[in-house]
Amino acid sequence: MCGEHGNNCFVHVDSGLPPVGLKCVVNGEEIQACVDPTMTLLNFLRNELKLFGTKEGCGEGECGACTIIMNGETVNSCIILAVEADGAEILTVEGLAKDGELSILQQEFIKMDALQCGFCTPGMLMSARALLDRNPNPSEEEIKEALAGNFCRCTGYIPIIDAVKSAAKREREELK
Amino acid sequence: MVEKEYRHIGKSYLRKEGQEKVTGQAMYIHDLELPGMLHAKLLHSPHARAKILSIDTSKAKALPGVKAVLVGEDAPYLVGLYMIDKRIIARDEVRYQGEVVAAVAAIDEVTAEKAVSLIEVEYEVLPAVHTIDEALEGKILVHEDINDLDYMKGVFFPQPDSNIASWNTTKKGDIEKGFAEADLIVENEFTLPAVAHAPMETHVSVAQADPYSNKLKVWSSSQSPFTLRDMLAKAFNIPRKDIEVVIPYIGGGFGGKAGIHIEPLVAVLSKAAKGRPVKLKMTREEEFNQLPTRAGMRGRIKTGVKKNGKITAFQAYYDWDSGAYADYGVNVGKTAVYSGGGGYEIENAEIHSRTLYTNKVFSTAYRGFGHLETHWSVERQMDIIAQKLGMDPFELRMKNILKPGSRTLSGEVIYQHTGSPSECLEAVAKEIGWTGYQTKEERLEQFKTGKVRGKGIALLQKAPAMPTNTSTGAIMQMDEDGGVKLMIGAVDMGQGVNTAMAQIAAEELDIPVEKVEVSWEINSDKHPYDWNTVASKYTLMGGNAVKKAAQDMLRQMKEVAAQVFRAHIEELAHKDGYIYHIKHPDKKIPYNKLSRGYVFENGNAIGGPLISHGVYTASGLTNLDPETGEGLPALAWTFGAHGVEIEVDVETGEITVLKMASAFDAGKVINKKLVDGQVIGGVLQGIGSAILEGYKFSSDGTLLNPSFTDNKIPTAKDAPLEVVPIYIENEQVDGPYGARGVAEHPMISVPSAVGNALYDATGINFHSLPLSPENVALRIAENK
Ligand code: FES
Ligand code: FES
Repeated sequence: MCGEHGNNCFVHVDSGLPPVGLKCVVNGEEIQACVDPTMTLLNFLRNELKLFGTKEGCGEGECGACTIIMNGETVNSCIILAVEADGAEILTVEGLAKDGELSILQQEFIKMDALQCGFCTPGMLMSARALLDRNPNPSEEEIKEALAGNFCRCTGYIPIIDAVKSAAKREREELK
Repeated sequence: MVEKEYRHIGKSYLRKEGQEKVTGQAMYIHDLELPGMLHAKLLHSPHARAKILSIDTSKAKALPGVKAVLVGEDAPYLVGLYMIDKRIIARDEVRYQGEVVAAVAAIDEVTAEKAVSLIEVEYEVLPAVHTIDEALEGKILVHEDINDLDYMKGVFFPQPDSNIASWNTTKKGDIEKGFAEADLIVENEFTLPAVAHAPMETHVSVAQADPYSNKLKVWSSSQSPFTLRDMLAKAFNIPRKDIEVVIPYIGGGFGGKAGIHIEPLVAVLSKAAKGRPVKLKMTREEEFNQLPTRAGMRGRIKTGVKKNGKITAFQAYYDWDSGAYADYGVNVGKTAVYSGGGGYEIENAEIHSRTLYTNKVFSTAYRGFGHLETHWSVERQMDIIAQKLGMDPFELRMKNILKPGSRTLSGEVIYQHTGSPSECLEAVAKEIGWTGYQTKEERLEQFKTGKVRGKGIALLQKAPAMPTNTSTGAIMQMDEDGGVKLMIGAVDMGQGVNTAMAQIAAEELDIPVEKVEVSWEINSDKHPYDWNTVASKYTLMGGNAVKKAAQDMLRQMKEVAAQVFRAHIEELAHKDGYIYHIKHPDKKIPYNKLSRGYVFENGNAIGGPLISHGVYTASGLTNLDPETGEGLPALAWTFGAHGVEIEVDVETGEITVLKMASAFDAGKVINKKLVDGQVIGGVLQGIGSAILEGYKFSSDGTLLNPSFTDNKIPTAKDAPLEVVPIYIENEQVDGPYGARGVAEHPMISVPSAVGNALYDATGINFHSLPLSPENVALRIAENK
């Protein structure tokens, strides 16, 4: 703790550089912290905020397992720095369900069996969420395009595409 | 035959763990943190083959925060499933680029990485074995001590003073006579490169080793809790009771997490760090570089056929470019001798399968276990034969296909209840509207449009490769609500085994599926034994064990109820959560009233907590005869077929899979939704092998594409436009409700079907995988 930011402050200095202050909103909760300037956003979320839902599949921006939504856009949190999230609003898989109830998208993932091992699922959900936020009625092509940065080795994608389609439909009908 | 009505079997229940996985609650080893936990990093060999002249770890050891630095001398342990040939850290010599030469445990990853960079190694680079031919030549030996290596005798056959880790053979009938009888002899060579399993969660383990005793606890992303315990016990020469293996959710396996991998290394690091828990999480690059692959393979096939298409002789040399260590590779190679002729009746056969040591990253099990590779050869060969005979490749297959009364390569007789390959082939041919190859003219017409379409079919088969005494157990306990807790030794890595087993338990007990909880997080101290979660054998074996556990549970309840009713146990039956008297159905006791024994009105109690178990052991299996390959290698065959329609861009060589119809004789489908998942997922993995994936090595044996950038796996854009799963149900007599395994099979023969469709589309026969845009475009251009 650096003493400036109260309970929510984390300093884990690996690089030896002076820590940098960071303010952001994660899943609706305000976070103030100072962090190692070389720390990735993924490591900040996982190791400091203990939000382990966001996964690491490659650490190189290739697989999408670490996808989160930052200011409405998907980002691979493994290749951006925590400090770049200063002032940002962040949504991770832990923020999808509201009031103890799964979101429609999550429900459809279960219903369509859009997951097997589940390791890609958090990132996949975030890419799908961002797509539906900007396009409530995506075509199959648009869904594939939006998910193309998220690898899944188990499902063959078709059930995921189906889940996104039916979630889109339900959201249009139910969340007017 | 009257279809039996089941309450739960055959119903598409949703997977039990879905909610945890969509909320981010599901915890994997990647997420595991323990008090005092250290982090490990590794130093890898940059050379394919070299002598280690010296290693200086002094600077690494002096770095603050470093708790242990180990080199080969500090970890003098050998591991191996079938050939005991691998050190957990290389010593004196490195055998592949990527092999571990030193390991560090430190307070965090950054410190560990820094320490690794401070280790200085001096190598003397040696000439290496790069290719199958160099391996066969044997001028350089990957293991100079091959004659002294310990191995599983009678099953594998390492050749003295060679690079042949095992040479397995089949000799059936009279091959000379078979070729003499043939009207046509077709010879071809087929190849495919090594590929990566690429589970989304890389290998990761945490170990805590008591420095003052043998006690060792390992948490691992592994498919093999009990094999792992076994191998650790053997490697460290400690009793199994001192080892506890814990496996929570795992982020994909596909065979790559079977057996033993990084676990012993983490264990020795923990011991060296005075018993602090150590976590080792492989980077994606290490996953490609250091951890095993599916072997590359070359199949040289010679088939003799009559004019009418009947096969008279089949000869094959399957040579596996299996890398520096044998691991599962030799067992993969072994499958070729009993399955490497495909699903056909072959009277005269000779197969040689040689698993070869080369100075490359080694190979292990991968979904399909050798069958995708051998079937790439066999099923392409069938199409080429059909072309030469001017026959429809469907007809050629049907002419030779295994049917009741046929004998397999190892001499096993096929019955209707073994499953029906012909029904599978017919189903997919019908689904894609197969009417034979298109004509040259039709092809030329299509070429003008820049896009050509083609259809292809391929047959497949697989039986689990398992030890003859493979066994499994299940434990069931009833709770006071009349629900049961089921413990099994299989790892649910997304294939849905826990959901399927809950259905079986609920079916037998006649209770709602929701009342069965299969205990997650396998712990070898608590869960009953299961050999390995591999080989698509669990539905059959585990399903039977769970069935028996439920039946034992019912028997126990009836014994107590018989006393309550003062009736014979034979007069009691069960239904919907009650034990009742068959003559007086209103006399009934709910399960929950029996769960801790029965209490009479006056307070007297009888019975006790209900705990039951069931076991299942493979029966009748034999080791194969070393010369002829005769014997009974596995419990059940699963047959299947793919029919595919593709579109090829003539300029770019890009293949789009328009439709894939995939049929499997599953015996009985326990949960269609889950099996569909295996089919659709397996098909796409097969498409990955068909058109995208493959390791590339430089001339000095360096892996050139150790990342997703250059070693691509399919994305959503590569998914077929349509996959049609089809299930044939010829019930397996010894399967639960007739079921047999299908988890690996969807991947097998996908490349073959695509390759055959590519011929139909372009008129060109491809012999090598992958059918990547570059390779396809090049051949099309050459053929213009
Ligand atoms: S972990 Fe970030 S893209 Fe793979
Ligand atoms: S569900 Fe396993 S990687 Fe997608």
